[in-house]
Amino acid sequence: MSEANGILGRVRQRLQLFGEGATAEAEADRRARLVAYLPITAFLVLAAIAAVTSDAFLGQSNLGNLLRQIVTNGLMSLGMLVVILSGGIDLSVGPMLALAGIVGAGLLNALPWPVAVLIGVAVALIAGGMNGALVAYFRMPPFVATLATMSAFRGLVYVYSETPVVPTNTSFRQLIVSSVGPVPSVALVMLACFLLVSFFLNRTTPGRNIYAIGGNAEAVRLAGIDVRAHQLLAYVISGGFAGLAGLILTSRLGIAQPSVGAGMELDAIAACVIGGASLAGGAGTVRGTLAGVLLLGLISNLLNLYNVQAYYQQIFKGALIVLAVLTRRRGD
Amino acid sequence: MSAVPRLELHGVRKRYDATLALRDVDLTVGAGEVHALAGENGAGKSTLIKILAGAVRRDAGTIALDGAPVDLPNPLAARAAGIRVVYQEFSLVPSTSVTENMLLGRMPARAAGWWIDWSAAHRRAAEAIASLGFEVPDVRRRVGALPVSQRQMIEIAKAMLERPRILILDEPSAVLSTRDLERLFAAIRSLRQSGATIIYVSHRLDEVFTIADRITVLKDGARVDTVATGDVDQGRLVRMMVGRPLGEIYPSRPERAPADPILVVRGLGRHKAFSDVSLELAPGEIMGISGLVGSGRSEVLRAISGADRPDTGEMTLAGRLYRPRSPAEALRAGVAMLSEDRARDGLVPAMSVRDNLSLASFARMTRMLVLRRRIQLALVDEQVRALNVRTPSVAALVKRLSGGNQQKALVGRWLMRGARVLLLDEPTRGVDVGAKAEIYRIVARLAEGGMGILLVSSELPEILGMSDRILVMRGGRVVGRFTRREATEERLLGAAAGVTPEAA
Repeated sequence: MSEANGILGRVRQRLQLFGEGATAEAEADRRARLVAYLPITAFLVLAAIAAVTSDAFLGQSNLGNLLRQIVTNGLMSLGMLVVILSGGIDLSVGPMLALAGIVGAGLLNALPWPVAVLIGVAVALIAGGMNGALVAYFRMPPFVATLATMSAFRGLVYVYSETPVVPTNTSFRQLIVSSVGPVPSVALVMLACFLLVSFFLNRTTPGRNIYAIGGNAEAVRLAGIDVRAHQLLAYVISGGFAGLAGLILTSRLGIAQPSVGAGMELDAIAACVIGGASLAGGAGTVRGTLAGVLLLGLISNLLNLYNVQAYYQQIFKGALIVLAVLTRRRGD
Repeated sequence: MSAVPRLELHGVRKRYDATLALRDVDLTVGAGEVHALAGENGAGKSTLIKILAGAVRRDAGTIALDGAPVDLPNPLAARAAGIRVVYQEFSLVPSTSVTENMLLGRMPARAAGWWIDWSAAHRRAAEAIASLGFEVPDVRRRVGALPVSQRQMIEIAKAMLERPRILILDEPSAVLSTRDLERLFAAIRSLRQSGATIIYVSHRLDEVFTIADRITVLKDGARVDTVATGDVDQGRLVRMMVGRPLGEIYPSRPERAPADPILVVRGLGRHKAFSDVSLELAPGEIMGISGLVGSGRSEVLRAISGADRPDTGEMTLAGRLYRPRSPAEALRAGVAMLSEDRARDGLVPAMSVRDNLSLASFARMTRMLVLRRRIQLALVDEQVRALNVRTPSVAALVKRLSGGNQQKALVGRWLMRGARVLLLDEPTRGVDVGAKAEIYRIVARLAEGGMGILLVSSELPEILGMSDRILVMRGGRVVGRFTRREATEERLLGAAAGVTPEAA
């Protein structure tokens, strides 16, 4: 079947849903599919309301800001998704982000920016590798292992520098704040990462294996697949994206605070869950996670526009998670 | 039945989405009666039980207990009405002791309930189990550390000690040894004597005939008939369940030409599991391994499959030394195992039929790191067609398939991988009679194609119907070897239980 045929088939299927003669099975599938589109639908509806009610929302600077702001959580959520799919969790993404950011910021002053960025990301990859090793080879529960490294990595950040590091070399920063037409270039980087991970998860062997491990690790082991290596890989990926997020955030803000990223692991987990990922592993999509990221970003942007206190944002976020999980359960 | 029946169901109906799980079922069970529910998987037995347990609500129909209508909207209500169900899945808390599980909610206490009187608690729990005639385990041990058969007995003991008006046992024997089963039957009989009603659900017809007074047969959600046990034989019961005679279940197999063995096992042993196991398996041969639960049958298969490492002995595969350190190595050598627990060891329920079939063969479908959908579909289609896996599409989630089709999909996983030796551990557990026959045909066809097959099964007819040669294990050792012609149910059972001194 060619790709074009596949798309046509899917469109036809979707159109058929509104026709008659749908069996109960199709009915259940239809409901599941509708639920899968809820986050993105909610995003569009909210955006439409915002466009009508607020003059500032559609302003070039606000939309650009919105996109720039979601990049951090977007990249972290992407890494988090891979770990969650494998049946794990990564609580240490915040400190890994800070670690990469502060190391990278320091090096930006001494080295050409590509080298500094690479080293910053490499540090986060190594940190992710430590998480993976603890989970896969020392058989620690992911929650406990990454809780421990969350504390240890944060400590490491402060050991490296108690005070904020300011990169004086601005070549990387210029790249970060640049735009391609009206779209911030970092948003394009994020989009590329989402496409890449989507391809990785759906169309490569390690990707399918990670899904399967989250679904039933024992079955995967007995099928002759190296479960541990794949778990390790998932945490390395998470570290890598946290690191990349850290470097982009540092450059956007123009300063690397050792405290940066505190609490961000919760936003990343929230985006995955809102996007339909199961914390039990094995279920979740890149598309859904992107929708979760967009929705969370939009809500905080809107509440800022309307001058709502930050505390209410947190309440909102909590309610959203509950709502997402509830609607999904009914659609199942 | 004199007077008012203990339980009376009338026109009970339940619909799940498109399928009518129960179609206006009537059922009458008297006090002091053991009533068996028989039927294939999907016949509606589980749904009926769940309705009585309050776990599922009926859509229509009435239920009366001792003449009084009851509603049973939730499990609590069912329990309050005196209905107690022992499911196949356990409801015990594995991390706590046998005592705590037995006395949950009514632990003996001192100092106004703040202080648990442990010695009294342990004594009381042990006495309670003993009072049923069951073997008493160390009640201080964690339930999770006990073998499955003991856990099942504790589960049943807990339910029986509540003195329910109606006790429902769902496939209680699946994990029980013969001795435990005898104890269970004795306990059931004494419970019946005291006027309790027992509803007994089992796939194993011999058990049904041993213990039940009457049998209700369900098929496709409807009641076929209710008969007194004395009025029917097994053959007729099977016909009622599936609408075809028993003899057609096992395929006829041609005589094999003698050949050099493909798998040779010499003196294989693993600490605390089995010792000194030797066998020679020829290509095209089906070798049955019989024995009671816990006799080490499955452990031998696990060792050959690379899942566990043996301590002693050696194996050769097609003349070459074979020493798998992992399932991956065994698969590479061409040895695959179908585990006894599909859900635990085989299926990835949230993934598609396609991905489940491909799981061991992704490497074959990958070119330059990318999974090629076309190659995958071709390979999957080939197996789905050859094995007749009935699925709405290969993209459907595997959890939506019936047990038999799930099992066929798992067989397909190993065939796609290219197995030369197939290890089957209870391949038809939880599979209905129709799908069973299909799986037997597939296995016979694979053997004809030159594959060597080791078949572990608790069902003697399956062993006798399929095997060319049969090993019997007891206590981790091979205690009997039979050819197909020599073997009878009595001889296999005798060897398994250590009753007759069959030559090893």
